[in-house]
Formats: sequence, structure tokens, C-alpha cells
Amino acid sequence: MRLERRSHVPLALAATTPLAAVAAALVLAGAFIALAGVSPLTAYAEMLRGALGSRLSLTEMLTRATPLMLTGLAAAVAFRARVWNIGAEGQFYAGALLAAWAGHSLLAGWPAPLAIALLMLGGMVAGALLLLGPLALRLGFGVDEVVTTLLLNFVVVLFVGLMIEGPLKDPMAFGWPQSVPVPGDLRLPDLVPRSRLHVGLLVALAAAAVVWLINARTVWGREMKAAGLSPRAAAFAGVSLPRTLVGVALLSGGLAGLAGAVEVLGSTGYVTTTLSPGFGYAGIVVAMLAALHPAGVVAAAVFVATIFVGADAMSRATGVPSFIADVIMALALLSMLVALLFTTHRIAR
Amino acid sequence: MNDLLGLFLTASLWAAVLNIATPLIFGTLGALLCERAGVLNLGIEGIMTMGAMIGWLTVYGGGGLWTGLLVAAAAGALLGLLHAGLTVPLGLSQHVAGLGITLLASALAAYLYRLLVEIGDLPPTIVPFQPLRIPGLSDIPFLGEVLFSRTPPTYLALVAALVLGLVLARTPLGLAVRMTGENPHAVEAQGLDPVRIRIGAVVAGSALMGVGGAFLTTAAFNSFFPAMVQGRGWICIALVVFASWRPGRALLGALLFALFDAYQLRLQAVVPGVPYQLFLMAPYLLSILALTVVARRAQVPEALMAPYRRGER
Repeated sequence: MRLERRSHVPLALAATTPLAAVAAALVLAGAFIALAGVSPLTAYAEMLRGALGSRLSLTEMLTRATPLMLTGLAAAVAFRARVWNIGAEGQFYAGALLAAWAGHSLLAGWPAPLAIALLMLGGMVAGALLLLGPLALRLGFGVDEVVTTLLLNFVVVLFVGLMIEGPLKDPMAFGWPQSVPVPGDLRLPDLVPRSRLHVGLLVALAAAAVVWLINARTVWGREMKAAGLSPRAAAFAGVSLPRTLVGVALLSGGLAGLAGAVEVLGSTGYVTTTLSPGFGYAGIVVAMLAALHPAGVVAAAVFVATIFVGADAMSRATGVPSFIADVIMALALLSMLVALLFTTHRIAR
Repeated sequence: MNDLLGLFLTASLWAAVLNIATPLIFGTLGALLCERAGVLNLGIEGIMTMGAMIGWLTVYGGGGLWTGLLVAAAAGALLGLLHAGLTVPLGLSQHVAGLGITLLASALAAYLYRLLVEIGDLPPTIVPFQPLRIPGLSDIPFLGEVLFSRTPPTYLALVAALVLGLVLARTPLGLAVRMTGENPHAVEAQGLDPVRIRIGAVVAGSALMGVGGAFLTTAAFNSFFPAMVQGRGWICIALVVFASWRPGRALLGALLFALFDAYQLRLQAVVPGVPYQLFLMAPYLLSILALTVVARRAQVPEALMAPYRRGER
């Protein structure tokens, strides 16, 4: 028994792959829910209700999906070109910290639309620069970027801690370690009144559209894909690998940085060391579930946000620990990896 | 200045070096074994977390400390089997599969801990491994305190480095593992099965990682919390490169790293006014620096991360 490559991938198969992977993940995670003495069906029903059952929960879910779309795009862009950016978590914090600092000290009093655009741009620059370091080490010294981006995540979170307990500490926060706040008029407006959902959702959707355009309609997009599929063939076809990969790093790191800036400008208004409940790492799952496609990223981010927001409500109702959301997410990633193999390969005897 | 240098003369510093190094030695040896057979195992961070949780849980549930280490090794082996199943016969991306294992193992560790353990105001504790003073040797001034008054898993880590070094370098099994990492087709031509060798190496390596994690909760500390591995797994992956895939150098690398870590911990107390986060960042930055220095000269196993499919080139 061995695997052989399919000559073409049927569209129906490609489209059902993520659904099959999610179904497999839910079945497997069901065993762990049952371990807690709760029927998996009851738990999943509670999760759906908790994430989608009311106006409040629905807006809460979309608020959570917003940064996931951006970190998911960051991972998708990088992975498509085989740049293993596992540092979206750190880049998220870099973007968040820059937005909070610049919003408080630099751009206070500026006209809001201009200042908000500049703050988001600044967040992107911060994230992009943070990824440029590991990429330079890969291109210059042959250092694997997986390890460097992972290690930098810890460095950045410590740096955030240093800043919000030091120079950027909010003196009005009753001793809580949190950064100075962005002035109210520089915050992203609400999308739905009386909810936490903000215009950042539209920013994330626009980012997905832009990434799709770049991928499908520009030479740069093709070059990034070629660099991932076969660096040698790409080089032979005249694609400058370093230049292409620098572009990938700027785009990927920029998207993760934007996620951080949007979260600060839209959700909290300030930075803490717990601003991200693992948005960077969850972005990897989002990107894989989406098979690295920008439109898929939007759908996968909604799925992952549903699991996370739903798990909190389900946990309160049934007592199953909310960590089950992380279990479902990891199982979905692994199932998707296997499912993808069977869309491109079949078993031959 | 004398203070800063004087720190190096204290036995407590060198004793701390061995304590800090122990989980790194286990983890680095485990990752090294996987990679010598051609498989990158980024599941390490999660496997160490699972080892830390389940080793602790075993003892908390009434098992012995050694049983705890054994259960941690078994859990590591099981997760390793999953990683090997995904990456060796199926040939899936070792990067993504490994990260998936880390996410899964960390999530399961946190989930099971929350589910099975009643947590009050303070996390529950166990009685951890106590220092085992080796009769006679532990009375030697300085050395006795540093080398021969450690907890038993530290001795085990040193023995494991020696054994792995000997097995890889001197036995037919070790040769087969090394060949599988360099050229699996040649292994097949010898009538051996590269798939089985890779699976075996990943399972054994992951068991070592599990034990490394368990050291944190059964010897270094006496309770578990989900974020306790703190990137040690990733540091082990960096140490494997730093060690140029050799067990002896891996041991040395782990000890050097631990010396640096132990020194910066003491420096925090001696040098006031410097934010503690700068000290905590240093080990991660040091790892990146070490990788950069050695990356060009590193002798990467030829077939590392190249999936092997029979009959395919």
C-alpha cells in the first residue's frame, strides 16, 4: 500500500476537506468532553448557543474573529512561500505596543481618520521589522526562522512587560501593569451599536481581499508562490529569491502587526501582556484550515472564534474546562494536515 | 566587579547550573535523536508540557516519583508516535505537524489538569525528588556539593547523554539511525527499514522530552502550571543546532546555557535598577546568537526534513 499523487484534485473534494477535518476534530475532542462526564452533543450545542445564539454573543464572536483573520492571513502569506513565520504572536504585540505608544504620545490631537490610518500603518511597520530580523538571519547565515521567530515571541512579550511597567506605564491604572491608553477619539468606531464589535472587522476583510488580489492578480503574488513551490525553479525563471522573501516577510509581519494595532485601537485601547490569548499561534491553525486561501482564512477565523467564544459559555454551563477549545483547534489542525494529503494523493495498491 | 566574578566561585551557582541544565539535557538529547534519524520534532514544547503535567499528576495521585517519570516518558512516546505517524509514513510537513503536536499536547495537559485536579487558592503540591548525596563523593569540598548532591534525575540526564553518545557512535543501531538521517535509500539497500528506524527514533526521543518536562514538576518545583515550560523546548531545538547534532556537545551546550541562565538569575540580585525583564530576555537572545554563529558550519543531517517514500527519489 502506498500513496500516489492525483493527476488533478476534484473541486468537490478540495471544498469538503476542511469540513471533514473539522468533523474529525469534533469527534475526537468529543471523547475528551465525555471524559468530563458531559455529553459531547450537549457541549457542542452549548458552544453554538454561546457563540451565535444572541446578538451579543454573535458580535463578541466577530470581535474575536477580527485579529484571527489578520494573524491567519499573516501565516497564510508566509507559509505559501515556505517562510515559516511562527512569530505572529510577537509581531502582534509589536504592532499593539507601537499603536498604543504612538496613539498616546505622538498623534494625540491629530485628525482622527489620518491618525488612525497612521497608527495602523505604524503597527504594520513594527510587525514587519520584527520578522525582517529572522529572515535576514536565514538569508545571511542560514538560520532556520522557525526557531528564531518562536524565541522572539518570548522576547517581545518580556519587552512589552518592561515597557508597561516602565516608560509606558499607565499612571491612572491603579498599579495594574497596562500601557498608557490611546485617546478616545483615535479609537476605531463601533460597527454595531451597544457591542464591542468595531470597524476593525472591515479592516480585516479588506486585508483578506487585498491578499487575494496580490496572490491571484499580481506578478509578485506568483513569485511568492513560486518561491514556496520550488525555490530552484523560481530562481531559474529569474525570480530573485531574497527580494521575494523580503516582500513575504514585510507582508506577513505587517499583517500580524496590523492585528495588534487593530486590537488596541478597536478593542482595549491599551496593551497588557495578556492582550493576546494566543492569536498568533491560532493564526497558524486558521491558515491551515483555510488551505492558505485568503477567503478560507475569513471562514476559518470565524470557526475558530466560534469555538473559543462558545467554549467559554459552554464551560460556564457544563463545567467542562474551556481549554477544550485549544484541544479542538489543535485536533482540527492535525486532521486538516492529514485531510489535505488525501486531496492531493490517493492510496494505490 | 569582584562581586560579579565572585559569583562564579560559589558552589550554589554551579549546583544551580546542573539543575537548570537537566530538563534541557533531556530535551536536547531527545530532539537530537529525532533529527539524527531525519525528523524535526517541533512537538517538543508540548511534549515537555505534557510530561510535566502527567509526571506530576501521577505522583499527586499516589504514584511514586520514578513512576511519575516513567508515565511522563510513556506519554512522550505516545505523542512521538503520533508525530512519527504523521511525518514518516504519511510524509506530512514536519514543521506543521510538530507545531500541531505542541498545540495538542499543551492543550490536553491544561485541559486534563483542570479536569482532574481540584485547585484551591494555591496550586496543589507534591513532595519532589530530594538531593541524593552520593556516599563519600559528596563530602569532597565544592565538587561534592556541585556534582554529587543533585536529585536523581540529574544523574539520569548525565547517564542518558553518555549512553546516547555511545549508542549513536559505537553500535550498529546507532549507525542505522545516523544513516537514516543522512541517506534513507542507502539504509533500504542494506536491507533495513528506514520507516521503522525513524518511527523508533522519534518515539524514543519524545520519551526523553517527556522526562525532561517531568523534571520541572517532580524535582525543580513541586506543582504544575500550564505555561511552565516557557520556551525550553524551542531552546532545546536551538541547542541541537548549536551542538552540531552531537550528544557530547549537546550536553556541553545545555550546561553552558544553564551557566548563563544561573548567572543572570544571580546578577538580578547584585545589579539593582535594571528591569528584570532584560535579564529574562537574555537566554532567548543568547540562543538566537548561538544559532547565528554556528549555522553556517553546522553539519545538518542530509535527509533532515526530507520525507522518505519507498521507491521515490
